Amino acid sequence: MKLECRNVWKVYGRRPDFYFDSKGYTIEPDQLAERMAAEDHIPALIDATFDVHEGEIFMVMGLSGSGKSTLIRCLSRLIGANHGQIRLDGQDLLAATPKELIEIRRHKMGMVFQSFGLLPHLTVLENTAFPLKLQGIDRTAREEKAREMINLVGLEGREESYPHQLSGGQQQRVGIARSLAVGPELWFLDEPFSALDPLIRRQMQDEFLRLQQQLHKTIIFVTHDIMEACRLADRIALMRNGRIIQIGTPAEILLNPADAYVAEFTSEVSLGRVIRAGDMAQPGIADTGHPEVDADQPIEALLAGIGAGAQCFTVRPSGRYSGGRLEAARILQILGHSGHPARPAASQGIV
Amino acid sequence: MAQTHTLQDRARDPRVWAALLLFCILAAVISPSVPWLGAYPAKWTLPLETWINATLQPALEWVQPLSRLFAVGLETPLRALREALTWLPWPFVAVVVVALALRASRWGLAALAVLAQVYIVLVGYWPHSMNTLAIVLMSLPPAIAIGFALGAAATRWPRLETRVVAMLDAMQTFPAFAYLIPLLILFGFGPAAGLIAGVIFSIPPMVRNTMLGLQRVPDAVVESALMCGATPFQLFWQARVPVAKSQILVGVNQTTMASLSMVIIVAVIGGFNDIGWEVLSAMRGAELGRSLLSGLVIVAMAILLDRITFGFATTVAGQARPIGRNAFWTIVAAALISGIAFRLLVPEVDFQPDTLGRSLARSIDATLLQFVGATGNLFSALRDGLNYGLMIPLRIGLQSAATPAVWGFALQGWMVALYVIVTLAAAAFLARRNWKWAIALLFGTLFLATGVTRFPWPCFVALGLLLSFALGGGRLFLLTAGAMALILLSGMWMPFTQSLYLTGLAVLLCVTIGGAFGVLAAESDTVSRILRPINDALQTMPQFVFLIPALMLFRVGEFTALIAIMLYAIVPPVRYVEQGLRTVPAHLVEAAQQMGVTRMQMLWQVKLPLAAPVIRLGINQTIMAALSMLVIAALVGTRDLGQQVFIALGKANLGLGLVSGVAIALLAMVSDRMLRR
Ligand SMILES: Nc1ncnc2c1ncn2[C@@H]1O[C@H](COP(=O)(O)OP(=O)(O)O)[C@@H](O)[C@H]1O
Ligand SMILES: [Mg+2]
Repeated sequence: MKLECRNVWKVYGRRPDFYFDSKGYTIEPDQLAERMAAEDHIPALIDATFDVHEGEIFMVMGLSGSGKSTLIRCLSRLIGANHGQIRLDGQDLLAATPKELIEIRRHKMGMVFQSFGLLPHLTVLENTAFPLKLQGIDRTAREEKAREMINLVGLEGREESYPHQLSGGQQQRVGIARSLAVGPELWFLDEPFSALDPLIRRQMQDEFLRLQQQLHKTIIFVTHDIMEACRLADRIALMRNGRIIQIGTPAEILLNPADAYVAEFTSEVSLGRVIRAGDMAQPGIADTGHPEVDADQPIEALLAGIGAGAQCFTVRPSGRYSGGRLEAARILQILGHSGHPARPAASQGIV
Repeated sequence: MAQTHTLQDRARDPRVWAALLLFCILAAVISPSVPWLGAYPAKWTLPLETWINATLQPALEWVQPLSRLFAVGLETPLRALREALTWLPWPFVAVVVVALALRASRWGLAALAVLAQVYIVLVGYWPHSMNTLAIVLMSLPPAIAIGFALGAAATRWPRLETRVVAMLDAMQTFPAFAYLIPLLILFGFGPAAGLIAGVIFSIPPMVRNTMLGLQRVPDAVVESALMCGATPFQLFWQARVPVAKSQILVGVNQTTMASLSMVIIVAVIGGFNDIGWEVLSAMRGAELGRSLLSGLVIVAMAILLDRITFGFATTVAGQARPIGRNAFWTIVAAALISGIAFRLLVPEVDFQPDTLGRSLARSIDATLLQFVGATGNLFSALRDGLNYGLMIPLRIGLQSAATPAVWGFALQGWMVALYVIVTLAAAAFLARRNWKWAIALLFGTLFLATGVTRFPWPCFVALGLLLSFALGGGRLFLLTAGAMALILLSGMWMPFTQSLYLTGLAVLLCVTIGGAFGVLAAESDTVSRILRPINDALQTMPQFVFLIPALMLFRVGEFTALIAIMLYAIVPPVRYVEQGLRTVPAHLVEAAQQMGVTRMQMLWQVKLPLAAPVIRLGINQTIMAALSMLVIAALVGTRDLGQQVFIALGKANLGLGLVSGVAIALLAMVSDRMLRR
């Protein structure tokens, strides 16, 4: 377990700590949040509890104002939480002193911002080397490291440019390079691609996946775009009005929405592209002679095989998926020839 | 809460205003036979001045030994800098200035720098301008350091912010001459007092710009620096300050210009052989040519200082300049070293024409005298027309102006009747649209009838109090009451009404004329393009400069003061009216066009009402500018509070200076609060 988050609250208002003063009685989240709202306080983050595993991409997804930035800022301690526990590698983040916090950020965390947050007076190279400079690393060493990062994000040749001379996508590449320069284990991204054009966004998402394959960071990624969430996530936490209402893999959330709100939210997503063979594979081995597919293939890709008459597939393990067998009938059922698929029927296949 | 609400509503009731109007008319009618109504009686005043002098003077004298020592400490480096600047042959100093221009901007500015400096040398004012420059340069480091520290502290601790802003407001409304007096007592008549005045006067823009710059640093920059592991110290110096640098440099630019303005004003105390003193003594001796030539030297210095510092402020990271950093320092070092070597080797050559300036001044004198002589009739006609037609009636009222002595005829009964009837008819017409306009018109005509300075003072007080309560509520009411009490009790009522009349008239004319230009500029890009550099130039000029043309054309007198005030205060209405009209949302304009409004209707019924908040801001700025110019205009002869400050300065009368200075500051604060709301 990389990061543990237990009953974390963030409340804006005149006296937020007042609500958490008394020890000994258990907090009933819904009632408390209601009381806060009635008393001119904004409960921006309500009783958030979840774990993030080593090396996974954990997506935080919700409409604007749902508390995503508040959550990620509590985790990075840019703002203090009012209540709860956050542990990074077992260390209590909320109890860290300012000095310890600086050390943690210098070595363990990196963060990418929606509006880039680049320093306008520094070149691409200097911006990327900035966190290393703050640590007092000497020029040649830090520039060497920075160049490495710049090459990693594909900006070689632009080292001497200033941020205002770059396009939005290029600026965000600098933001990514900078956040990776210290080699963080935990990587925060707050809507990193939301300010970019759709085409560039798509391209950046692909590169993000490529980077992650190389680097295996533990990632907390905030987005309001359900397609982005489904494309990139290992797991998604869905937020609404400060609360996490469902946590699960994209397939789980699509196939088993926790309530009507989530179902509505995800109704636009094309299941065939998001759900992968591994999501639906059942344990066991198919009879020989069936076509073999990789577990991370979207089920859409299997349609051709079904069209050619395949009844069953053998799913090869790949990435985080274990393999198994998958019957064509179940795929067709999910992709439902009728408007809404009968989602619950698929649930037995999902772990 | 509910209580004050209803009270303030009552202060906005038309019936209350009508009652006040009736009371004022009554008082105005009986005031000739009730002496204490017309002029505030002297026996009701308190000797505030004497009290202040009796308490403050000893205190100041007590610290005098220390402060004089401090003055010596200041004057030593100042003298060293002055001597260095005048000792170096001018071409070498000029090269440094040109190098600065090339580093700050483009070749055009370098060419301007060459021209300006050659001009200064040709007219023979190089040493004077170097003396002025030395004081400005000395005042900058402390002003910038203090201003930056205050601005940074105010951004860091929000509690401090309101206090700092209040202090800046007070500093900027308190007339410059008034705080010269304690400085003179403390530091003696000498460059140190001028230097310190320059520092104090130029701190506020530095504080404001530092605050603005630091507050505008985007959250993302701060957060990203924090996530990079910045310590508080690193966050401030490596992220916040560099990001705010451009705005902070705008602060340096404004601070430099404020310092120049003040250093030139301080010349009235004399003794530095600087350019301000040259202008002043030329004006006193009515030497038109000399005052024009030396005035243009100030203009040249102002433009160079402004453009160079502004160029640095607007340089974007990575922007190419005609010369690089290394080339710049090489040129500077080479110029200084060769300048020193040259002076040591050939001490007698200084490249300065001895007599050219003087003969030029003389020939310009002759030309100007000819010009003034030829156009004299025109300008004196203008002056007399405005003086007799507008200024005198406004000051002493139609009842006193329409006499055989002033206008050459006495007021007849039918004239009075006509005046009353026309006024009432106009008021009745206005009242159907908005009763406030009708009330304003009626008060205006009443003022015109009695004259601003002869309006019964209890009416003035009542009007001021009601207006401030209606506009600003209890706090403003108390401020106004305090201001009125101070002015009455200190015996400053007459100078106060004079100030009110002079600034009021200047503001009225500025808003009308400037507003018209603003409308034109908003409607036509060409006009806007022509006006912009003129406005820029007017706004960067040291206030002192405006006296020169006014004095040249109109001689000493109140009218000249009015013109000088207007020259300085006309920029804000032009700027704000244009900006207000141009920033009216386009979709509203289009919607109105769809409804088929004419151009005039568009202006009066759509754009101007929408631009009202911006225009009100502009009027506010106009008032502030006019009030700050009031004291300087006293140099050309007025009878107002500014003149009191000036008299106090001449006599080093601390009490008088403080009381009249505070009166001006209070006037500024009250009008500011009324308009700001
Ligand atoms: N500094 C603040 N003061 C008061 N309310 C805040 C503050 N920051 C965020 N909020 C409130 O918290 C809620 C969640 O905000 P945020 O986390 O920024 O949402 P998201 O990132 O999902 O768009 C919003 O209702 C917002 O108004
Ligand atoms: Mg957000």
